[in-house]
Amino acid sequence: MPDILNIKNLSCGYGNGFHLHKINLNLPIGSFTGIIGPNGSGKTTLFKAISGILKPKEGILLLQAKNIAHFSYKEKAKHIAVVSQSVAVDSVRVEDFVLMGRMPYHSRFSFFEQKEDYEIAHRYMKLTGTYHLKDKLMTQLSGGEQQLVDIARALSQEPDLLLLDEATSHLDIGHQVQILNLLQKLNNDLKISILMIIHDLNLAGEYCDFLVMMNKGSIHIKGKPEEVLHYRHIEKVYNTLVVTDTNPISGKPIVLLVSENVHSRGQFSKTV
Amino acid sequence: MLPKLKYLFVLFFLLLFLLFAFIVSLMFGEVSFSLNNIVGILNSGEGNLKYAILMKIRLPRIVLGIAVGGSLSLSGAILQGIYRNPLVEPYTLGISGGAALAVSLVIVSGLESFASALALPLAGFTGSIAVIFFVYFFSVQRGNLQSNNMLLTGVMISFIASSLMMLLMAVASNQGLRSIIFWTMGSLDEPNILLIKIALTASFTGLFFSYFFARDLNALRLGEEKAVHLGVNSTQTIRFLFIIASLLTGISVAVAGIIGFVGLIIPHMMRLLAGNDYRILLLSSFLGGAGFLILSDTLARTIISPNELPVGVITGIVGGFAFMIILRKKYTI
Repeated sequence: MPDILNIKNLSCGYGNGFHLHKINLNLPIGSFTGIIGPNGSGKTTLFKAISGILKPKEGILLLQAKNIAHFSYKEKAKHIAVVSQSVAVDSVRVEDFVLMGRMPYHSRFSFFEQKEDYEIAHRYMKLTGTYHLKDKLMTQLSGGEQQLVDIARALSQEPDLLLLDEATSHLDIGHQVQILNLLQKLNNDLKISILMIIHDLNLAGEYCDFLVMMNKGSIHIKGKPEEVLHYRHIEKVYNTLVVTDTNPISGKPIVLLVSENVHSRGQFSKTV
Repeated sequence: MLPKLKYLFVLFFLLLFLLFAFIVSLMFGEVSFSLNNIVGILNSGEGNLKYAILMKIRLPRIVLGIAVGGSLSLSGAILQGIYRNPLVEPYTLGISGGAALAVSLVIVSGLESFASALALPLAGFTGSIAVIFFVYFFSVQRGNLQSNNMLLTGVMISFIASSLMMLLMAVASNQGLRSIIFWTMGSLDEPNILLIKIALTASFTGLFFSYFFARDLNALRLGEEKAVHLGVNSTQTIRFLFIIASLLTGISVAVAGIIGFVGLIIPHMMRLLAGNDYRILLLSSFLGGAGFLILSDTLARTIISPNELPVGVITGIVGGFAFMIILRKKYTI
């Protein structure tokens, strides 16, 4: 399978300091990859480098084997769409918001959306289950609905690669799973490659077929979830105690936290 | 409703409003004419005193009102989009102050008579663009716009500019002092037709070029990063928009002095009337601002007739209250 994205020897950061050191990562087309790691480990910085907000200081990024620096802003937006932690709250109609995803396909002088734009926007609103909200204002929606609408907006860009930066962090478990199931479906049915930053290690293990664990601006380890979510890696990178096991139904790795009280009472060694 | 229909409806309404403002402003003043009178006077032709009042005094004021009101309001709408803050406008950001300081320098130094009246708009533009970039870079930290910083910086720049202007007045000759005082009060009374023509041209130019960025401004409402994700070169777009806003503000200030809050009140009302989409907001702000300033000027001319108030007094009072209401309601863009 050819790759959608290759990151070769990437170093970058703000100002004079480096926040990312020599990142190497290849994402095959149709992959579902999770990026995990503690706060400040460079996950979001990596996203900024991919989406073009930060310029690499060293190294190169290839999008479908072409140097990403050679893409125009608009061309890039036709290939990569980004969904962030939250939508800037704005009193805009849901349908108009989703239609913004069609921006990369319009020239500066085409003033109004075409019929095709409406069709595409409606298709993805139906797919994300937000079509019935189309005449509401974004400010009237719940956090979960806003995220679903934002995903519909991102899909309207018709990207090959979808980047999600903690897109489920603020949501309850029901909405988290709803969104992750949707992403899985997009990945399976539409072959959209997915790269997401996610804090919840269990969800990362359950949904992703490849994990990248970052620490202090570098990749600590990458591989299949059962390799990456090993207690030795987690304890070292997150500086915490965990127990790992296997989900009896899905067979995916699960990670359990252990309170310090339990540990200091000595029960920790007995139960494991 | 389809956007096209809604936009046409809004435009039709605003054009009617502008026409209404135009006629009212022709009719009222130190001497008032009825609508029938006006038609008769215009038919009687030149040489008549009443004809001179209409065509040589009131009409140029109305034209300047369209240019300055439209420019300031449009400039406010653009700046609010960039800063994602409904309280931002040329006056509150200190851009008008910067322009005014630069223009005062030209007046005091006598460069105006030396280099022609064109030195004034040029100075206004230079002052605006200096402040606009300064405020922006001062309030951006690590790529994030700090809204509070920015408004406070703008207020401080206004203070500094007005203090420096007082300093200039203290050292200025009598002639320079008189022109600065008259001009800073903000008035549409401008005898130099060339300056009025420049202001009108600049306002239409600004309006025309702002439409190249209407879609980009829509994307910028979500923030600079998200606009990049939608394929907008945010940095470059913001620079172009700053130049347009400086042109609009600088030349308005150079010709009409400091007229505050037009850029705050009108875009705000237009958001309520037509929505937040910049494809309609830019033009509607321009038309609404033009009509509003003409009406304010008519009020300023008639309220204590035969004397006349600076129009900045009217916009300042209305705008100050509008500022507080918007601040309290915490409107978002």
